Amino acid sequence: MSKIFLADPKSCDVKIGRLLEKFETKVKVYPPGTCPLTVQLSLLTASKNQTCGKCVPCRDGLPQLETLLKSILEGDATMETLEHMRRLATMIRDTADCAIGYQSAIEVLQGLDTFREEYESHIKDHVCPGEMGQKVPCINLCPAHVDIPAYIALIGEEDYAGAINMIRKDNPLPTACAMICEHPCEQRCRRNLIDDSINIRGLKKYAVDQIAADKVAVPKANKSTGKKVAVIGGGPAGMTAAYFLGLMGHKVTIFERQKALGGMLRYGIPNYRFPKDRLDEDIRAILSAGDIEVKYEAKIGTEIPIEEIHKEYDAMFVAIGAQAGKRLRLEGSDAGNVESAVEMLDRIGNGNIPDYTGKNVVVIGGGNVAMDAARSAVRCNAEDVRIVYRRRQDDMTALDTEIESAVMEGIELLTLKSPKSIEKDAEGNCSALIVQPQMIGPYDRAGRPSPVDAKKDPERIPCEVILIAVGQDIVSRPFEEFGMEAERGVFKAGLDTAVENLPGVFVGGDCATGPATAIRAIAAGKVAAHNIDEYLGYHHKLNCEATVPSPKENNRIPTGRANITERPAYERKHDFEHVENPYTHEEAMQEAGRCLRCDHFGCGVLKGGRDE
Amino acid sequence: MINLKIDGIQAEVQEGTTILEAARSVGIRIPTLCYLKEVNEIGSCRLCVVEVEGMDKLPTSCNTLVKEGMVVQTMSERVVEARKMVLDLLLSNHHRGCFYCPQNGSCELQDVCNEYGIEETSYLGTRKKIERPAKDSHPFLSYQPELCIHCQRCVNTCAKMTGRHAITLGKTGMFNIIEAPFGEDWDMTLCESCGNCAQACPTGAITEKRKKKYRTWETKKVRTTCPHCATGCQLDLIVKDNRIVDVEGADGPSNHGLLCVKGRSASFDFVDSPERIRYPLIKNKETGEFERATWDEALDLVAGKFTEIRNNYGGEALAGFACSRSTNEDVYMLQKMVRTAFQSNNTDNCARV
Repeated sequence: MSKIFLADPKSCDVKIGRLLEKFETKVKVYPPGTCPLTVQLSLLTASKNQTCGKCVPCRDGLPQLETLLKSILEGDATMETLEHMRRLATMIRDTADCAIGYQSAIEVLQGLDTFREEYESHIKDHVCPGEMGQKVPCINLCPAHVDIPAYIALIGEEDYAGAINMIRKDNPLPTACAMICEHPCEQRCRRNLIDDSINIRGLKKYAVDQIAADKVAVPKANKSTGKKVAVIGGGPAGMTAAYFLGLMGHKVTIFERQKALGGMLRYGIPNYRFPKDRLDEDIRAILSAGDIEVKYEAKIGTEIPIEEIHKEYDAMFVAIGAQAGKRLRLEGSDAGNVESAVEMLDRIGNGNIPDYTGKNVVVIGGGNVAMDAARSAVRCNAEDVRIVYRRRQDDMTALDTEIESAVMEGIELLTLKSPKSIEKDAEGNCSALIVQPQMIGPYDRAGRPSPVDAKKDPERIPCEVILIAVGQDIVSRPFEEFGMEAERGVFKAGLDTAVENLPGVFVGGDCATGPATAIRAIAAGKVAAHNIDEYLGYHHKLNCEATVPSPKENNRIPTGRANITERPAYERKHDFEHVENPYTHEEAMQEAGRCLRCDHFGCGVLKGGRDE
Repeated sequence: MINLKIDGIQAEVQEGTTILEAARSVGIRIPTLCYLKEVNEIGSCRLCVVEVEGMDKLPTSCNTLVKEGMVVQTMSERVVEARKMVLDLLLSNHHRGCFYCPQNGSCELQDVCNEYGIEETSYLGTRKKIERPAKDSHPFLSYQPELCIHCQRCVNTCAKMTGRHAITLGKTGMFNIIEAPFGEDWDMTLCESCGNCAQACPTGAITEKRKKKYRTWETKKVRTTCPHCATGCQLDLIVKDNRIVDVEGADGPSNHGLLCVKGRSASFDFVDSPERIRYPLIKNKETGEFERATWDEALDLVAGKFTEIRNNYGGEALAGFACSRSTNEDVYMLQKMVRTAFQSNNTDNCARV
């Protein structure tokens, strides 16, 4: 008789797989605005259900923690309940045999600290503190709170101009976001519960591909208020503020350091990701919004004193970005052909494309700028391009799609190599990067695993060009001298973008957050514009010339997400032309038809369910 | 040898010794519930936790091996607090009807709760609807799930010591239960009714039913050898008011505390049976009733009858068969009598184990 068998393909462990995938998705798309204590309860219930039932602390303790937490949520608890939870969780952490028990207890203990205020509010007042309540996931997670279900519905009705107007209500850079937005809106898309998130950026791109943004008239500007606002920096934050302030009827002057507007959209992001002629479409539309004047090559803080602007204008918005590439303090970093990635991209943005023919290029860093620099270097005809990063590929901050595209274009990722020094040739130019191999180690305070020196000999990577992409600095000094407070170069401001103690001065974008995304800068520009309007004594409400189409029934048939395809790597890597292919009409319509219209179905119809 | 310090006392023990054993070797008692040496070392109750310098967690002393230079605290504030909470949790799912529990007075849970001052639980139990009904159809054994602390001493005793695997874990995870084979189909199970599970149970969850007839503190133990087969198992007769009321396996060289169904449940009932013959009886041919006789009358009658048969039909007509429960000396004497008095070689006994 047989005594040993293969795993049964019909066993529950196999069948459970699909269910677990669903569970994973459900957790991933927890709606924004959920009470943290209910999330903690879900986690605890999952923990409890994972126990094997062997040990007392886990088997009998976790259900009691769950009961205690439920009593808090049901309003039956006192502050002693909280203390009881802490004591019980501490005991489980200390005595449980395996991670199912102790890690669950650690999560409860961490929750008790992180959400102390929420726990106390539930016990004392039986409510969540502050503004709690579910929101439409995509609208809420878009920093600019763009009305996404509305414009997707407009695209579904083939009203592309309407869609662009709907986007512009909150974001005057629809083309920029169509090309390069990191789309946080898609993160918790409710469509994940059925199949996958909606390709929101893809749909927006389809809209601006059908009709250029500058061919859709912006709303008519308000009559002039006679107030003058200075916007320092013509990047996404500055242009957004200028657009809304212009529509409100204020006279806006943008002071731009470069010869053209766009900031990092023009001088940081390479043409192959965001063609400059497409950026110009957004800019032309923005400049048509009221009375907006641009002063190019205006060096505020060096050639034009900040005080002068402050005196001359009724209000001022500082949006100078994070323009300076961080330096690496390495022996030999003064060698020739060593430059910051930001400077290299800036030169290309200004039309000055370097010739790397026959050269080996090394890019140091693991962020999106490193990918941009490396992929640009390929297009500058480099012999070989390598990215050197001191952590693992998993730890790179660049988007996965960017990393994938870079690899497809023949760029090699040399991970777990920490730059040690730069070797020079007789002429003082770099001839190699010396790196110390690393191994990955324990997690740091920020929750990322940190690399430590591996017991291996340093390695020599021969190269003729080194591009450093290890972060960007803000040129904050002149503004700090003017009186704006900054911490390590990052300006301090309230969530309303107002600068404390400097009435009429507002600040936003990368210079107030550190290097971040275009959509966060756009959000800052929008918030600043409305608060500057209030500061000037107005309460302008802006019209939107598109209306939200009434919703269709949810399409419940699981359908794959239509991803945007790219031109083949062997072809695209030889030019700076746009890499992405347009959606077909069918793809766009199918994608728009997957939207569940959470603005109408579910909490979206509730008061406060939509972010205004 | 490994050197370590337990509650400030220096201990030197063999490599491979657990903290629990090391502590016992220097006279320090650490409370346990689920632990049964070499039978159940799964560390499920977590009562034997101790504090070890340099370790974040409180390890279970029953299955954590000593290391050179270890510094152990067996009664620190953290340890005592953890033990109290373990008992509090255990008590939440333990029906506290000690008044009628057969294990009252010899219950390990009761003892350790008394020791740590836990009289009530702060929780509402969570297992009431999970547990199945009591299993009580077996003639000797009973399982009361509301008294079970899920230590698994019975499961591993049945699997590892008796080799029957008759007690198993049912369901999984939170719904984990003990499947005791004492329900209506008890005679269809793998159970041999040996009762080693009941002896292993630290509470009143699995008991020999007769245990309800006495309280431990009313009894004394008398060590003896099992009268059944030739294995020579050691057992303690539990004696109340000079009557044998129960049997417990004792740690003898051949049985290590275990007993079979005969040793545990079939070796003492007859002692005080009213049906037991306590003096010789001779049947009155006229009335057909047995009547009390003296030993001389009875032995003379039997010897006379055997002699008659031998003289009339020869020794081959007689045989002698000794009961296996007799002592070697008695069996020897019987065969001697058969060979010399009966003049027959037809003699044997039933000891075949």
